[in-house]
Amino acid sequence: MPDAVWEPRIVAFFCNWCTYTAADLAGVSRLQYAPNVRVIRLMCSGRVDPQFILEALAKGADGVLIGGCHFGDCHYVEGNYKTFRRMRMLNRLLLALGIEPERVRLEWIAASEGDKLRHVVNEMVDRIRALGPLNLPERFQSWNRELSHQTPPCEGVLG
Amino acid sequence: MTPPQNHAPKAHRAEPRIGFYVCHCGSNIADTVDCAEIARYAASLPGVILARDYKYMCSDPGQELIQQDIREYQLDRIVVASCSPLLHEHTFRAALARAGLNPFYLQMVNIREHVSWVHKNREAATAKARDLARAAIQRVRHHQALQPIRVPIRAEALVLGGGIAGIHAALLLAEAGKRVILVERQPSIGGHMAQLDKTFPTLDCAACILTPKMSAVRAHPNITLWTYSEVIKVEGYVGNFTVTVRRKPRYINEALCVGCKQCVDACVFKDGKFPDEFNAGLSHRKPIYLPFPQATPQVVVIDPDRCLNLKTGKCKKTCVEACDRNAIVFDQQPEVHEVKVGTIIVATGYDLFDPTRLPQYGYGRYPNVFTTLEAERLVNSSGPTAGKVRLRDGRVPRSVGIILCVGSRDHRTHPWCSRTCCMHSMKLALLIREHAGAEVTIFHMDIRSAGKGYEEFYDRCLREGIQFIRGRVAEVTDWAMTAKEEGHLVVRVEDTLAGFVRRIPLDMIVLAVGMEPQRDARELRRILNISCSNEGWFLERHPKLGPVITFTDGIFLAGCCQGPKDIPDTVAQAGAAAAEALALMDRGYIEQEPNTAYIDPDHCCGCKSCLPLCPYSAIQLDETQGRAFINEALCKGCGACVAACPSGSIQQHLFEDEQVFAEIDGVLSYA
Repeated sequence: MPDAVWEPRIVAFFCNWCTYTAADLAGVSRLQYAPNVRVIRLMCSGRVDPQFILEALAKGADGVLIGGCHFGDCHYVEGNYKTFRRMRMLNRLLLALGIEPERVRLEWIAASEGDKLRHVVNEMVDRIRALGPLNLPERFQSWNRELSHQTPPCEGVLG
Repeated sequence: MTPPQNHAPKAHRAEPRIGFYVCHCGSNIADTVDCAEIARYAASLPGVILARDYKYMCSDPGQELIQQDIREYQLDRIVVASCSPLLHEHTFRAALARAGLNPFYLQMVNIREHVSWVHKNREAATAKARDLARAAIQRVRHHQALQPIRVPIRAEALVLGGGIAGIHAALLLAEAGKRVILVERQPSIGGHMAQLDKTFPTLDCAACILTPKMSAVRAHPNITLWTYSEVIKVEGYVGNFTVTVRRKPRYINEALCVGCKQCVDACVFKDGKFPDEFNAGLSHRKPIYLPFPQATPQVVVIDPDRCLNLKTGKCKKTCVEACDRNAIVFDQQPEVHEVKVGTIIVATGYDLFDPTRLPQYGYGRYPNVFTTLEAERLVNSSGPTAGKVRLRDGRVPRSVGIILCVGSRDHRTHPWCSRTCCMHSMKLALLIREHAGAEVTIFHMDIRSAGKGYEEFYDRCLREGIQFIRGRVAEVTDWAMTAKEEGHLVVRVEDTLAGFVRRIPLDMIVLAVGMEPQRDARELRRILNISCSNEGWFLERHPKLGPVITFTDGIFLAGCCQGPKDIPDTVAQAGAAAAEALALMDRGYIEQEPNTAYIDPDHCCGCKSCLPLCPYSAIQLDETQGRAFINEALCKGCGACVAACPSGSIQQHLFEDEQVFAEIDGVLSYA
């Protein structure tokens, strides 16, 4: 059921030690932010498999936010560096897929930065709102329709 | 170490029987989220046998409800939508275990910190809670029965910092029979408290209550005292930290020196020439010195930046001749030690605010503007003036003003209240009056005297004629406007009770400088891998329920490194930190979250992509079989290898791919 008024849907992967805790802190401090983000807790941002991001987009997310500890702060020494490297690679993949790379955002938010979390979430929602819906599931469907109606390639092309 | 019992092949999955519980948390959740609606919705999802909403799930009746339902309805998966799993996951896991269900069949939904407390729109909040609940319900069906991992804990502790907090914690642990290594970077333990004259509100002498504890540290057979030393590296994890300590050379053989100070008398510098750190620079010391009379250990130290022999190699070395025990070792080198400990208590204290940052108060420009620490040394009978309060030119001050909140409660510098300055200043006011007979005026915004006997002390100051003027001081100047002001420092302040601006001439000004985090707190935080608040104070796990625990298991906080506090609070916190460390060490083991990664040997192709990713070297290659395997005891459960495995043959307990995918699908399926 598509919403009557479109609202950005954002999936977030937060590391247990910094960003998830920062989100808890934002709650304890009663900071108000946009309700468009759905958080999935992982132990480390290094656990974020690029497939998670692609899967989220394919299942209808308009954007994905990944939150980890600042460089040098990782609970697991260097997991965030690995995330950082993967995201650079994923960026190129997204471009190739025709998805605006700005839909995927990586942020370092420490356990004490509840206010930064609020700020990042709000900014992310504004950004996705400006980009508009991604609508990958519907796009997949229309591509599938196109493929099924396509006439077989002409045999004489190569000759 | 337990055998890797979490590798059992996945049991054939029957259709799960899920119980769903949504907590009102009084009105904390129910005010913003329609809990009954969430329960109704959850009940409609496949696999959910029953869904309930309840006022307080974490209460005994709430937990009992889950246990009863598990037994009555043969539930085998539980989802609780309430607060953060970091707060109550263990509570509900325990409830599952009591009902005979493996505790890892639980999934929590955070609808308080992440929903009801951060959103006001009831409809949007309820929709978000519904999405998160659906994700958890889809996820929980993939959960596996797991066993927590037991890791043994070493019964040795490291205490970092030898102020009153570190001393108290070290003594408690040592008394309980644990081996303690106390590391202090100054040449002596004692910290700031050793510099104080008397302590509020009882006015008992700081040295008299601290010195016996310092000696006890020195004498205790279970305590290894390393002064003039710094921690440079910490590796490992709770129960098994490997700490590298660098011992700076003091150019003295500690085992031989008895602190007779004959070398100090014999030094080629006939008089002290260099600012004495212990006396806040108000007196001078030689290049070879004992930090203060009660210094522990009673071992002199040579300042390599001042000693002629160490700087130039040209000195008669009269100190060496004077030492009949041959304790002076000019070629001493820094030593690096590696120690293994089970727990670490961080008690590194605070720095004082540098008042030159507020030039309007004239510190450093007018000689007769002092800090509270300097005033403290002036009233101390073993201080530079033997307890006589004197201006820098030797005159006795007739009138003294103490300015509060210098570097505290000020958005230009530090927003926090340093908590001790009000009481400290009132104590100094009484002492200065006693020692110099001067009239004392305290300039304050408000007097904060919360503490046992503190308000009574304030009353006493009022009764005994200490003047209080309410107003933030605008400036201290020597620019006289009247003959009466000539030769004095003038405090310009708006007296907010009288309602006009006053100019008050005074002989001496004392600035009550606030506390700030140690300047290298952030570097230490990196070494220890603990968190800092934005201001630089070390972060406790929970402000109320975990005030001495950090986010890194096995590392505890004591004293002002966590935030400003006075001596009683510091000692209480040090005791709490020691008790937390003891509880861990006495049990002998800890149970760790079984979120370790494991490799499916049938799919691993031995490509070695994962090997360099593991910061703990937990992944090894079995050369004979050409497969990688993970040592569960070394794995810390970050999942970096799982995300990187090209063949998808690494999985992580509690965060299996299928669990995360189920969660992704769950949050995105439209209702």
